[in-house]
Amino acid sequence: MKALKINNLKKCYKNGTDALKGVDLEVDEGDFFALLGPNGAGKSTTIGIISGLVNKTSGKIQIFDQDIDLDPATAKSYIGLVPQEFNFNQFEPVQEILINQAGYYGIDRATASQRAETYLRQLELWDKRHVMARQLSGGMKRRLMIARALIHQPRLLILDEPTAGVDIEIRRSMWDFLRTINQQGTTIILTTHYLEKPRACARTLPLLITASPLNTPACANYSPSSIWKPLCSISITIIITYPSPFPAVNYASLMTRPWKLTSKTQTVLIRYSKHYLITIFRF
Amino acid sequence: MTFTEKFNAFKTILIKEYLRFIRIWIQTILPPAITTALYFVIFGNLIGSQISDIDGYRYMDYIVPGLILMAVITNAYANVVSSFYSAKFQKSIEELLVSPTPNYLILAGFVSGGVARGIIVGIVVTLVAMYFSSFEIHSFTLSLSVFVLTAILFSLAGFINAVYANSFDDITIIPTFVLTPLTYLGGIFYSIDMLPEFWQKLSLINPILYMINSFRYGLLGVSDTDIVTALFIIILFIAGLFSYALFLLNKGIGIKQ
Repeated sequence: MKALKINNLKKCYKNGTDALKGVDLEVDEGDFFALLGPNGAGKSTTIGIISGLVNKTSGKIQIFDQDIDLDPATAKSYIGLVPQEFNFNQFEPVQEILINQAGYYGIDRATASQRAETYLRQLELWDKRHVMARQLSGGMKRRLMIARALIHQPRLLILDEPTAGVDIEIRRSMWDFLRTINQQGTTIILTTHYLEKPRACARTLPLLITASPLNTPACANYSPSSIWKPLCSISITIIITYPSPFPAVNYASLMTRPWKLTSKTQTVLIRYSKHYLITIFRF
Repeated sequence: MTFTEKFNAFKTILIKEYLRFIRIWIQTILPPAITTALYFVIFGNLIGSQISDIDGYRYMDYIVPGLILMAVITNAYANVVSSFYSAKFQKSIEELLVSPTPNYLILAGFVSGGVARGIIVGIVVTLVAMYFSSFEIHSFTLSLSVFVLTAILFSLAGFINAVYANSFDDITIIPTFVLTPLTYLGGIFYSIDMLPEFWQKLSLINPILYMINSFRYGLLGVSDTDIVTALFIIILFIAGLFSYALFLLNKGIGIKQ
C-alpha cells in the first residue's frame, strides 16, 4: 500500500506565486522518505497541503488510500506532523500540550496521560513535563514537537526540517529515534536541506529543487555534483518528463557522472514549468 | 471519528479554554468583580440615591441586570477573541487544524470556553450585586436562558473578530468602538422611556437593548421591549453568527494559506 499518493498537485497563492505546478509523488508504506531542496522549493507547501494547513489549488492526495477531500478526518488521523516552526502554545506546560493534542484525535485523557509519559520519557523530556513550553531550550522544543506528533500513534510521520537549529548531539539522537520508529513500522517523510543525515537514514531520497533560472545562488548550492558526490555508489535512472528549458549541461553533467545508470533502480523525475523546476530523484 | 472521540475532542478544547482563563483569574475573573463593585458604589449608591425609582425599582436595583449582562457580554467576547487570536498568532491553532476534529466542534469548543467564562464572571458579578442590592428573581428560567444565549452570541462574535484580526490592535477595535458604546447605549443605566422619541426609536435598532431588557424582565419583571421579540432576535443573531463563523472556518479564512 502507498502511504502517500499525490497526483498533479498545484498551488497558486493569492499573490500569484505558483508554488507547486503539478507535483506527483508516491511514498510506500514503511518507507523513510527524504525530500531535499533549498528554501522556496515548495517542500513546506506540499507538506502543508498534505496535513490540511494549506488549501490546494488542484490535485489529488491520498493517505493510505484515503482521499483528503472525501474523508479528511480519516486521512488526518493517519498523519503526525512536526512543522518547521514551533507551533505550540508557549504558555502551556509540556505534558498538557501532549494530552490536549491526543484529545483532538479523540483519545481520552487517561490514555493520553499514559502515552504522554511514554513519549516524554523516550525523548528525555519527562523531567520537564510541568515546565511551560517557552522555558524549554530549542532542542527540547523540537523534541516536544516530535512527541506531540506521535501522541496519536500515526502511521505516517511528516517532519519539516526537524533538525533546524538543533545541535549535532541532539540531531544525532533524533535521527536514531526516527530510525527506530521507522523500523517499528511508521512511515516517515522528512524535508531538510542538511544532506548528510537523510543520506544515512533514508531509503528513498527525492530532491525538490526550485530554480529560476538554474544559475541562481540557491540552486548553485544544489548543483548535481554537490548533491550526488557523496552518493556515487548509487545507480540512478533519469526520466525527463518535460524538456528542460535550461542549459542541457546541468543534466548532461549529472548523467555523465562515473556512477552507473541502470534500469533496476527507480526514477529520477525532472519537471519544469515557467518559473520553477522540480526535480525528484528516487532510488 | 466516533461520537465518543468527538466528545473527547470537544471536552479537550473546553478544558483547555477553561484552564486558560482560570490560570490567569486575576486578569479574567477579578477585574469585572471590582469594576461592578465600583459601578454600584458610584452610580448605584452615590449618584443613584439622587435618582427617583424607575419602573417601581430603586435605581440601584434597576441597573443590576444590565451590569451583570455587560460583564457577561464583555467577558464572553474577550475570552474567545483573545484565545483564538492568540492561537493564530502562536500558530498553535495548527494543532487543531491538522487533527480530525470537525470544524463545528472547534467552533463549539471555543464558544463554550467563552460561555464558561461569561457564566463564571456573571455569577461573581451577581454575588457582588447581591451585596449592594436586594431583589427577587422574577423568572429564573428566562434569566438563565438570556444569560447563556447572550454569552453564546458574543462568544461567536468574538470568534469572528479573531478570525479577521491580523494584529493585537484588531482585537481591541471592535470591543472599544462598537461593543462598549452599544452596551452603554443598550439601556444598562436607564429606561429608553426616559429618552426623546427619536432616540427611543434609534435605540430599538441596538440588539443589545433587547438582551438587557429581556434579562431585566427575567430578574425584575420589567422591560422596555417585547420578550418574545427579544428572544427571537437573540436566537436569529446566534444562528447567523454561527453559520458565518463556520463558513470562515471551513474556508480557512484567516487561518490557512
